[in-house]
Amino acid sequence: MSHAPSNRLFVATRKGLFTLERGEAGWRVAGTAFLGDPVSIVHVDGAGRIYAALDLGHFGSKLRRSTDGGATWEERAAPAFPEKPEDVDDRDDNGKSIPWKLQKIWALADADPAAGGESLWCGTLPGGLFRSEDGGAGWELNRPLWDKPERKGWFGGGYDWPGIHSVFVDPRDAARVLVAISCGGVWETLDGGANWTPRASGMRAEYMPPERAFDQNVQDPHILVASRDNPDALWVQHHNGIFRSTDGAASWQEITNIPRSGFGFAAAVHPTDPDTAWFVPAIKDEKRIPVDGQLVVLRTRDGGESFEVLDRGLPQEHAYDLIYRHALDIDASGDRLAFGSTTGSLWITEDQGDSWTSLSAHLPPIYCVRFAP
Amino acid sequence: MPQVIFTSALERHLACPPQEVAGATVREVLDQAFAANPGVRDYVLDEQGALRKHMTVFVDGEATRDRTGLSDAVRIDSQVYVMQALSGG
Repeated sequence: MSHAPSNRLFVATRKGLFTLERGEAGWRVAGTAFLGDPVSIVHVDGAGRIYAALDLGHFGSKLRRSTDGGATWEERAAPAFPEKPEDVDDRDDNGKSIPWKLQKIWALADADPAAGGESLWCGTLPGGLFRSEDGGAGWELNRPLWDKPERKGWFGGGYDWPGIHSVFVDPRDAARVLVAISCGGVWETLDGGANWTPRASGMRAEYMPPERAFDQNVQDPHILVASRDNPDALWVQHHNGIFRSTDGAASWQEITNIPRSGFGFAAAVHPTDPDTAWFVPAIKDEKRIPVDGQLVVLRTRDGGESFEVLDRGLPQEHAYDLIYRHALDIDASGDRLAFGSTTGSLWITEDQGDSWTSLSAHLPPIYCVRFAP
Repeated sequence: MPQVIFTSALERHLACPPQEVAGATVREVLDQAFAANPGVRDYVLDEQGALRKHMTVFVDGEATRDRTGLSDAVRIDSQVYVMQALSGG
C-alpha cells in the first residue's frame, strides 16, 4: 500500500513547538506553541491527536494535548512514580539512590496502533515505562520492568539517570513491545508488559571493560527504529556504532565500514524497504560535532553493506550541528525526511536524501522532529 | 490567616491567585492552597511530595529549610511566597 507524502512537520525545540506546512511555495512555519518552554518530545497519534511533553525547568515535566491540529492545547497528566516505600533502598550498582521522580518524558508511542484509541506508552528518565489507557488522563508505572533487578545496572548516558527513549509497538501484535534504554540495552515483552527479556545480544560497548563489552544490560542504544512494513527489521544507532537486526531483535549485527563516523544519535529506516536506512554521523563522544565541520547524512540501501555520503544542500564548512536522537524522521511515503540540529537548523528532503533544503537556520535547539501521519 | 502567594511565572501555565489558608506549617498551608486549586500542586511539588528541585518557599522573607517534609513553621499572619529558584535558569 502506498502512502501519501506528509505535508506537515512538527518540530519540538528548547523554546517551543513549531509546526511547518508545505504549501505551493514550499515549506514554512505555520504555527507555534509553548514559545519559551522546552518541548522534549512531540508525538502524533494515529487519530491525529498531538501530544507535546514540556520540560519546564522549575515546574517539572508536563504533558499537553491538542485534538484540533495544534490550535488549542489542554493539560494532561504527566506520568508520576508511585510513592517510594520507606523500607525500599533503591540504589543503582554505583550506589546512587534512584529517585522515584519523573525527570523527563523521553518517548511517547501509541500502545495499540491498530485499535486507534487513546492508549499510550511513555518512556522516561529515570528509566520508568508508563502506560495510559486514556490519552494521558492517568498513568501507571509498568512494575514488571521497573522491578527487574537488572534495572539497578542501568546508568545514565549524558544524563544523571537512565532513560527510555524508544518504544516500538509491533503493528502486527500490540502485546509485543521493544524498548531501548540509554544505558540499559533493549528489552522485549510479548505479553503487553507482564514479562520482559533482554534483547541486546550482539551489541558491543566500547566504553566498558573488555570482559563486559557484550553485557546486554550496559548497552547504549541511542535510538531504535523499525521498518513499518517489515517490523522485524530494526536499526539501532548505538553509542559506538550502528547495529542491525533482521530477526526482531533476537540478535544484532554490528555494521562496519561506516564512512565518516559510527557515532551519532539519530536513525531512520524506510517504511517499506528495511535495507534502506539513514544516519547522521558525528565525531565520537568526546567532541560531538560533524567530522571536519561538514554536515552529511549517511544512507545505506543494502542493509549496511555500503553507505552513500549525502551532502547536497548541507553545509560543508564550519558546521557544528549535532542531531539529537529524536530529531530525524521519515514520513509515511518514505521519500521525505527531515532533521533538526542543536544549533537550530532544520533540513528537509523530498527525494530520500539525494538533496536537502534548509528550512531554517534560526530555530531554537531542536530536540524532536515528527511528520504528521 | 497565612497568605500563600505564587510566583507570577506560574500564571503562564495556570491561574493561581493568592490565597488565605489555615495551617501552622508550610505543608499544611500548601495542602490547603492545593485543595482549592488542585492543578498547582504538580507544578510546585514532585510526586513524592517534596518541593521541586528548582522551587523555593519563603516564609516572611526567610527561605524554608525542610524541602522534603515542608515542616517549617508558619504563623497566623505569615506571608508564604512560592518562588522559582534561580538555579533553574
